[in-house]
Amino acid sequence: MINVLEIQAPTVEWMPLLPLLLVFGGAVVGVLFEAFAPRSTRYVLQTGLSILVLLGAGAAVLFQMADLEPQTIAMGLLSHDGPTLIFWSLLILFSLGGVALFAERGVGDGQSAFASSASAVPGSPLEREAVRLRREHTEVFPLLLFSLLGMMLFASANDLITLFVALEVMSLPLYLLSAMARRRRLLSQEAGLKYFLLGSLASGFFLYGIAMLYGYSGGLTLTDVAAAIDAGADNYWLLLLGLVLLAVGLLFKMGAVPFHSWVPDVYMGAPTPVTGFMAIATKTAAIAALMRVFYVGLGGASWDWQPLLAVIAIVSMILGAVVGLSQNDLKRLLAYSAITHAGFLLVGIVGAVEPGEGVTVSSVGAVAFYLLTYGVATLGAFGLLLTVRRSGGEANGIVAWRGLGKTNPVVAAVMTLFFLSFAGIPLTAGFVGKLAVFSSAFQGGFGWLVLVAVILSVVAAFFYLKIVVAMWFQDAEDDSDTVVVTPSLWTWTVVLVGVLATIVLGLLPGGMIELMNNFSEFIR
Amino acid sequence: MILLETFQAVPATGLFSLAWLLIAIPLATSFLLLLLGRVSDSWGHWLATLAPIASFAIGLLLFLQMLGADEGSRAVTVHLYDWISTGSWNVSVGLLIDQLSILFVLLITGVGSLIHVYSIGYMAHDDRRRRFFAYLNLFIAAMLTLVLADSYLILFVGWEGVGLASYLLISFWAHRDSASAAGNKAFIVNRVGDLGLAMAMFTMFSLIGSVSFVDVNAAAGEMGGWATLIGFLLLLAACGKSAQVPLQSWLLDAMEGPTPVSALIHAATMVTAGVYLVIRSNVIYAQTPEATLAVAIVGTVTLLAGAWIGSSKDDIKKVLAGSTMSQIGYMMLAAGLGPIGAAFAIFHLLTHGFFKANMFLGAGSVMHGMNDDVNMRNFGGLAKAMKITFLTFAAGYLAIIGFPFTAGFYSKDHIIEAAFESNIILGTLALLGAGVTAFYMTRLMMMTFFGQKRWEPDVHPHESPAVMTVPLIILAILSLFAGLFLNGWIQDWLAVPTGHEVHNTGLLHITPIGWLTMAVVAVGVFIGWYMFKDDIPKTVPQTKNVFAHAGRNDLYGDAFNEHAIIRPTKELAAGLAWFDRTAADGVPEGGATVAAGLGGLLRRTQNGYSRTYGLTLVLGVIGVALVVALGQLG
Repeated sequence: MINVLEIQAPTVEWMPLLPLLLVFGGAVVGVLFEAFAPRSTRYVLQTGLSILVLLGAGAAVLFQMADLEPQTIAMGLLSHDGPTLIFWSLLILFSLGGVALFAERGVGDGQSAFASSASAVPGSPLEREAVRLRREHTEVFPLLLFSLLGMMLFASANDLITLFVALEVMSLPLYLLSAMARRRRLLSQEAGLKYFLLGSLASGFFLYGIAMLYGYSGGLTLTDVAAAIDAGADNYWLLLLGLVLLAVGLLFKMGAVPFHSWVPDVYMGAPTPVTGFMAIATKTAAIAALMRVFYVGLGGASWDWQPLLAVIAIVSMILGAVVGLSQNDLKRLLAYSAITHAGFLLVGIVGAVEPGEGVTVSSVGAVAFYLLTYGVATLGAFGLLLTVRRSGGEANGIVAWRGLGKTNPVVAAVMTLFFLSFAGIPLTAGFVGKLAVFSSAFQGGFGWLVLVAVILSVVAAFFYLKIVVAMWFQDAEDDSDTVVVTPSLWTWTVVLVGVLATIVLGLLPGGMIELMNNFSEFIR
Repeated sequence: MILLETFQAVPATGLFSLAWLLIAIPLATSFLLLLLGRVSDSWGHWLATLAPIASFAIGLLLFLQMLGADEGSRAVTVHLYDWISTGSWNVSVGLLIDQLSILFVLLITGVGSLIHVYSIGYMAHDDRRRRFFAYLNLFIAAMLTLVLADSYLILFVGWEGVGLASYLLISFWAHRDSASAAGNKAFIVNRVGDLGLAMAMFTMFSLIGSVSFVDVNAAAGEMGGWATLIGFLLLLAACGKSAQVPLQSWLLDAMEGPTPVSALIHAATMVTAGVYLVIRSNVIYAQTPEATLAVAIVGTVTLLAGAWIGSSKDDIKKVLAGSTMSQIGYMMLAAGLGPIGAAFAIFHLLTHGFFKANMFLGAGSVMHGMNDDVNMRNFGGLAKAMKITFLTFAAGYLAIIGFPFTAGFYSKDHIIEAAFESNIILGTLALLGAGVTAFYMTRLMMMTFFGQKRWEPDVHPHESPAVMTVPLIILAILSLFAGLFLNGWIQDWLAVPTGHEVHNTGLLHITPIGWLTMAVVAVGVFIGWYMFKDDIPKTVPQTKNVFAHAGRNDLYGDAFNEHAIIRPTKELAAGLAWFDRTAADGVPEGGATVAAGLGGLLRRTQNGYSRTYGLTLVLGVIGVALVVALGQLG
């Protein structure tokens, strides 16, 4: 029997929720545009709306950063603290880059990278008709916003059920987007389906883990779990099992070994703009959630998960670096690079260093900075992948990039810069990022892991340099029909921001690291 | 042990906070000219010439302000930004403007400006003039970084920068094989020295966790034996950059570069960086008599070796290059005498900057009039044909031999006296060097400007345009009179950064050693005049004189390198290659097989089937659970 009078009306703090509401509202309005706006106006409306919404949400986040009072909001379901805002701002920034890449129509004969009619069977008369009419899917923009909403929720959820809902909200649009490539549609659909199947499997584990933690602690918020650990509740094995299963779901989204199998296939099959967006945004959201769950909820059991994450970090770095060496396709190579980077990021997480006296860079600050440096270079690199083409489609084989230094030195030089940053060569942002995560791991007492990571980063550097060598020191094949198409302002902006950020953060990282350090304390 | 009264450098205010412009202006013009390309061909050299002049103006303002300040607050630090700050390990970029570095700033930008002006005329007919000027500006920026750095790390940035500029400019006429080979040689030999500097920094860092001058100086007292190691490593670095024995061989070949480059980089500024390094590190050397003595010995050996080479060359630029080695040897000797010599080393460095730049530019002017011939056997009687060049060169000549009251008279005599004070052997050898200097410089004068005309048939010597002669005149005036102004003042000025031991001498005060030096110089001049007053054969005379042979062959420096380093290295490489082919190939080939197998195995898991991926995932969950379970057992 529930006494109606005892149910409290939920209190909702609207102002802290403003960024989420803006993104959500923008996505809904985008759907309405699809329903009611004439087809010819949708591209302009959707891109304009997305950019406006993202800028608005970004501004709201910045205002909140200026005057932050850490608190839990929406009846304790969400946390509104420093890390939330840092990861929100990163996600919004990466989404802006994603929208710009989605909107690119300058490289592919005036059409975007998405299928004309994704629901039509590839090669069917229906598809030919859609192609002839030059139809486009502008739904991709609201889909991106929905996904972003899920990611932002994921990064701030203080409650396990909310976390699960956020996981699904963020993933479902991505499954769809992955299957919508204009070219090589079968491959793309296969990728989308695979991503969906494996994602569902991982979600199942994740949900089961939540059940275990509920069984252990009797509560669903991270605060409850932490309290149960502190109180030394019985059935410790329930906690361990829950911890492992929860980690599976999160590490799957991060693309860490051994939950990485989807990464190469999906990266390769998905439309390149989607790959670029997904590569960095999903990782950011997953890492934000991973850190919150492990530091806040499971911080008391850190002895149990630190070795686990250390092992996963090592195998991720090794597998990414070793298998990446033998890849001949740039998108696939970047996929293995992403796996390696997941390993490096885990190195930064393992130490679990909180900000405080004598701590130069906290784990959250280091990881957030790493994500920023990795993100700008990733978006830029995928933007450049759009421009190098062969017989109408993208030329992702390394062969096509040979000798690019001679034929198109600008593209080659910019790509080289991004790859050097991936490899962590000094004076690029990537170097400082690696330095930051390594030093936070070192402070956390994982010196041996840093040593391993440094050695593996040398191995990983090799396969980036392989591309650099191909571009600058090898001659193009005689019958090469590779062309570099000049993209529109959208892609140029993404690339330019990537270049500037990679250089500036490499030379003057101090302020940014300090900023992120200042926002690295979780609310408990 | 010297008690050091140290003055804390004060943070920069006002004009000093703009000191970064000193470096930024020439750097910016350099990049601008390189990036703009041919667009700037017609006006690039004018812009490039303005850059060092602007830096000079800023430097002069700073200098005047420092003159007005009291001694304690003259040294100023300019913190530019933190490159990396991780609490326990910080790398900040900053400048240190003190009494020592400001003198270098004025020398570099002052002489640099004159040489830029001169180059406008000298390079007028070169297609790649813009590029040349861009490199010169790059050099100025790097050299200023070197001397303004507030830590060894930033100094190293400048150190490598001048190395790069030197390499680019030596091999500027890379269409000549000899020029590109000379550039490579300079670069490679310098690498050895750079290694020394890098290892010195590693040592400092592992000892005290910092490489900034302030921290290193503060901790020098507790370094013990490590100070000796650092001292020797820094000396190795100085030997590379300043062409001191045993790393001297590159300087003579470096004369392949255009003559203004020889004047600016390989006489007046860059090659003195080693001396700067030693003096900047005087606190370390104060801890280690062994390393300090080594500096003095290297200096003495080089001053004699350089003079020897200078006496036997017929190429006018190589005579001057040998002479540069020799004069830098004097500076190193002075630096190795400790605090009593340090200020004199800088004094001689400045006057040498004036008179050697003067003579190199004079030699360039001669070459300009002689169709780029450098062989003095084809000169003769040029005093009448090129009056201004002759007169200005003569000023430099008087200064270098130490004619009374010229610049070199003061600076060199001080060094010889200080050498006698600390060690009679070093003093005697330095005195001998002064005599040989007088001999080879007189020989150069006689062969170039006096005697019969031995010109090649199609050569018609003429005076150079005003854009070249005006810098010559200014430098000549400095060569003659700079000593009068600087003597006495510079010892006081440099008392703080060089270790605080004022050693004043009056302008007209001449000691017994001074008289002795003058006598030795007079003998040298007389021999030079007597031997070369008559006809000089067009071809090199055959001789059995072993000294002449040795000198003509650069004292067998190249031969030594060939036999002691290059051949053994090549043989080692051949041996390693053999080992690699026979013994070691088994391992990588086996490794490759294993890696291929591993790759194949891993690739088999990446087969594209969702079911396999799902299985991988499930197995992964089990594996992860096992890891955690194992953790519970242990």
